[in-house]
Amino acid sequence: MSEDVKKFLYVNRKAPYGTIYALEALEVVLIGAAFDQDVSLAFLDDGVFQLTSGQDTAAIGVKNFSPTFRALGDYEVTRLYVERESLEERGLSAEDLQEITYEDEDDDWAEKPSIRVVSREEMAAIMAEQDVILSF
Amino acid sequence: MKIGVVVSEGPYTHQAADSAYNFVRAALAAGHEVPRVFFYHDGVNVSTRLSVPPQDERNIQENWTALAAEHGTDLVVCIAAAQRRGLLDANEAKRQGKDADNIAEGFRISGLGQLIEMAIQTDRLVMFGD
Repeated sequence: MSEDVKKFLYVNRKAPYGTIYALEALEVVLIGAAFDQDVSLAFLDDGVFQLTSGQDTAAIGVKNFSPTFRALGDYEVTRLYVERESLEERGLSAEDLQEITYEDEDDDWAEKPSIRVVSREEMAAIMAEQDVILSF
Repeated sequence: MKIGVVVSEGPYTHQAADSAYNFVRAALAAGHEVPRVFFYHDGVNVSTRLSVPPQDERNIQENWTALAAEHGTDLVVCIAAAQRRGLLDANEAKRQGKDADNIAEGFRISGLGQLIEMAIQTDRLVMFGD
C-alpha cells in the first residue's frame, strides 16, 4: 500500500427505509471503492437492519437495495463490522443477517464471510484507528 | 491544517448548514485551509438560488456564495443527490430536458468522487449532519 492510502470507515446508523441515508451511504461506498483506499463499513443502532435477510419493499414502493451489499466483495470492500449490542437490543442475531462473502486473494481466492460481529468496545477500537469516518 | 467539510442536512430545517458555515469562517480566520465543502443528502438544497427567506432572517445560500467569492472555497453539490431533489445547473437542465436551472453562483455540481478526493487530500474531514 502506498502512503496515500487512508483508512475509511463508513458508519451506518439508520434503518434501510424511512429515510434515504442508508441508500445514499451505499452510493458513496460504491463510488469510493474506485479510489483504492482501505475501506470498512460499520453497522450500529438501527443500521443493523440494513443487513437483514429477506427484505421485501414491494408494499412501500421503494427499491430494495439490500442485494447490493452482496456485491461489495467485488469492489474489494470485505469488512462489514456489525455491533453485537445493537443486534441484541433489537432482538436480532447474526442468523438474521444475509450471507455476504468475498474471495480472499491472499488465500487462493477462498470464499470468506464479510460480516464480522463485534462488541461495542471492539467497535470503538475500530473507529479509533481510522483516518476518515463518514457517518450516515 | 487542511480541512474538508461535508454538509448533509437541508437548510432552515436543520442547523447543519449554518453550523458548517460558522465553522468554516472560524477555521479560515484561525489560519486553516478549507479547500472544499461537499453538499450531500438534503444538504444539496442549500445551493438553490430560488429560496427567498424572510428579510429579517439569514440567507443561507447567499452566505455560502459570499464565502466562496471571498475565499475561493470550492462548493460542490453531489449530482446524484441533486438530481433526485430537483437541483440542476444549466448543463444538466439541458441534458435532462428540463425547462429551468437553479444552482446559485459559487456552487458547482459534480460527482461523489469529489467527496472521496477531498477526504484523501485533507488532514481532517468534518461532517455536519443531524
